[in-house]
Amino acid sequence: MSERDRGTKGDILLDMKNVVIDGFSDERWHEIIKGIDLTLRRGEVLGLIGESGAGKSTLGLAAMGFVRPGCRLTSGEIHFDGMELRSMPERHKQKLWGTRIAYVAQSAAAAFNPAHKLIDQTIEIALRNGQTSEKEAQADAIDLYRAMQLPDPENIGFRFPHQVSGGQLQRAMTAMAMASRPDLIIFDEPTTALDVTTQVNVLAAMRDAVERFNTAAIYITHDLAVVAQMADRIKVLRYGVEMEEAETRKMLTAPENEYTKSLWSVRSIYKEPQTSDDNIIEINGVDAAYGKGENVLHDVNIKIPRGKTVAIVGESGSGKSTMARVVTGLLPQNRGEVLFNGEKLPPRLKDRSKEQLRKIQMIYQMADTAMNPRQTIKDIIGRPLEFYFGHKGADQEAKVLELLEMIELDESFMDRLPEELSGGQKQRVCIARALAANPELIICDEVTSALDQIVQEGILQLLLKLQTDIGVSYIFITHDIATVQAISDEIVVMLQGKVVEQGLKSEIMEPPYPEYTQLLLSSVPEMDPDWLTELLKAREGV
Amino acid sequence: MNVKVFGLGKAFSFHPREICDLKQEGQLHPIVRTILQRLLLGLFTLFVVSVIIFSSIELLPGDFGEAVLGQAATEDTVAAFRRELGLDQPAYMRYANWIGGVVQGDFGTSFSGRSSSGVDRSRAVVDLIAPRLKNTLFLASMTALIAVPLALFLGVTAALYRNSIYDRIVNVFTLTTIATPEFFVAYILILLFASLNPWFPSLANINENMAFGEKLYKTALPSLTLTLVIVAHMMRMTRAAIINLLASPYIEMARLKGVSASKIILFHALPNAWAPIATVIAFNLAYLVVGVVIVEAVFIYPGVGQLLVDAVRTRDMPVVQAATLFFAATYIVLNLIADIIGIITNPRLLHPR
Repeated sequence: MSERDRGTKGDILLDMKNVVIDGFSDERWHEIIKGIDLTLRRGEVLGLIGESGAGKSTLGLAAMGFVRPGCRLTSGEIHFDGMELRSMPERHKQKLWGTRIAYVAQSAAAAFNPAHKLIDQTIEIALRNGQTSEKEAQADAIDLYRAMQLPDPENIGFRFPHQVSGGQLQRAMTAMAMASRPDLIIFDEPTTALDVTTQVNVLAAMRDAVERFNTAAIYITHDLAVVAQMADRIKVLRYGVEMEEAETRKMLTAPENEYTKSLWSVRSIYKEPQTSDDNIIEINGVDAAYGKGENVLHDVNIKIPRGKTVAIVGESGSGKSTMARVVTGLLPQNRGEVLFNGEKLPPRLKDRSKEQLRKIQMIYQMADTAMNPRQTIKDIIGRPLEFYFGHKGADQEAKVLELLEMIELDESFMDRLPEELSGGQKQRVCIARALAANPELIICDEVTSALDQIVQEGILQLLLKLQTDIGVSYIFITHDIATVQAISDEIVVMLQGKVVEQGLKSEIMEPPYPEYTQLLLSSVPEMDPDWLTELLKAREGV
Repeated sequence: MNVKVFGLGKAFSFHPREICDLKQEGQLHPIVRTILQRLLLGLFTLFVVSVIIFSSIELLPGDFGEAVLGQAATEDTVAAFRRELGLDQPAYMRYANWIGGVVQGDFGTSFSGRSSSGVDRSRAVVDLIAPRLKNTLFLASMTALIAVPLALFLGVTAALYRNSIYDRIVNVFTLTTIATPEFFVAYILILLFASLNPWFPSLANINENMAFGEKLYKTALPSLTLTLVIVAHMMRMTRAAIINLLASPYIEMARLKGVSASKIILFHALPNAWAPIATVIAFNLAYLVVGVVIVEAVFIYPGVGQLLVDAVRTRDMPVVQAATLFFAATYIVLNLIADIIGIITNPRLLHPR
């Protein structure tokens, strides 16, 4: 591939001035980016952080001169290497896209076309430009796969996207972006969908690629610790407005803006771990499988102390949610038993008594899909009150009001529909619905992972307060170690359907660790810009 | 070296190594197994349909013997006739005889051509149906050869220029033709292209002795009529299936790689849209075989549809049974093919992990 004149490192590559972007929703146009300036020099990495709805992705795409359908660029200038992208016709921009500016999407699993092999998608643009033959382009793609530390680089490209794991796909997508040696890459939350253990490798590969090819990059994420590893500078956005921009180290040590400071507030909750010998749930030697498939749980033994919080951690596919399905009776186990208050629980849901059902409640990750969109909040919370206790009419309304008070919402919410609530409020309503049954155990399945940091903090505080007030026990399923640190008493580490260890938080989080716990804990990004470098050094040393 | 099939994209290109994978160590590739399962299921469906056909004919009131021989026939003749046809036997025996024959390619003898006079000019059902069937399939293939590519072309281009004037014109035109009764379309075409401008014949009475070119010329108007009737459905499904995919993240990714709009439609959307498109095409092709009796009537075209209507009127049950069984088989086979296309264009199924 012929080397383009890359200019000198330090020259201004991208200069966006007073960019305003409108989005269309609720039958009218709203400003979603409210006049932002952004400057990027060659070879520099800018981190763009903020919560969902902050406009990070919209701004990142605008840097390519692209706006999503349903959005429009209303004013501002976008200069890329001396060219004004806003007024440039689409067919001219198409020549820049994929060659000089590349994009790495959030979910590689969705952003690769399922109908084509990876390598065909990787070399698509190189072939379009007609500078290389298919053979040369393939050879180059294989080199890039190797640079991205993909296993079996010679052959992996000849697989279809569904035949490759999520972390590998994300690396292949970075390779695809690198294929034309672009001047600028937009990384749009590239590791958000990955497990922490996978994230480390992907981050390392991406950082290495950016350095090796001296590419400028905009790195979009909501995770400060991740961006600290990647970026030279960080820009914080909120509701389409810039809050603060600073060098990475300065931003981490001395953030000036109040909002920026609040971004890592979850990490400030801490609960003193306690345990009890009185177990509300004992899971003894459980094996479980879906259909006639292989076992996904192998001889699982877990004890849940009464009135305490047990966090179950592990990667996706480790069996965390399957374990919850066994406890709730949605998936009858093949072997072993689940004791609830010392009594054996029937494996099948339909064999359990109403009382048994009432005492175990569940809260889900996606509050949106866990509520009937056509029912008012009053109906949603009132349903378990009627089903378990026969509360009706004014009696039921009084109880709903009481529950709304517990979750810190007022009575104006009674007649609203779920779509009129924010993500955090919806999750609160789900909590109230679980509480309505007056349960002894609540299983929380990734309840905060779809929420922003500040909202997460509110939900976690609420859950802790409820535990103190009514003594409910929690099984808290999550892959987020920061959340675990915040609220758990005990921790269960799971890997491939087996329990690696269980114990008090203070014991699990302190060395000595079993090998896997060590890997898991060390993979959680820290707010230290040198964390990734040090970690890789330490791992190489082993 | 890769073997490539145009339009179906790379999902259809194989490394020679992969083809060997298809039969690894005596184990059937999951695709082959699925296809075999579907085939068996299709056969089973056909069996159920044959039972339904047979029993619904059993449910018809009246006596076949009297109906066929006429009021003038004596009771003895009718009884003899019934005995000869085996109508005196219980239903399950008659079904077994019939289906046993069908399996060996013998569809029985037509009731028509018999009369109370005792003179038997009846013919084998196969001899009656076979030439008609050839004609029906000829008309259907001619129409399909025009209609399917046309519908795909219109659907893809309408998706490419969605919401443009072109898209609207195509939609309005095809919707108009599908909303108009087919006999009316046929008469309009006769008026325009046979009467006002005598370019094509208005009668499509082809026979076996005609040359291919002459047949083609004679079937021009019925083909055109049917094309107008079926294009809208297929075109709209193609357009919808493609547009449905345009919101996918991988389409946005392709745009952000600078892939042009037409290539996005052809290489990124279409390969993922074959399953619904194939289903609709199969449905319409089946209609071409089994649902064209009105068009046949307008153009006096000697197809199976006309034969079936005649046979029902004269209570010629062996012909009715054979024709309906054939129609059912057509539906099953075409849907089977659509299913298989849906399976093999899905790389998740074609190339399991």
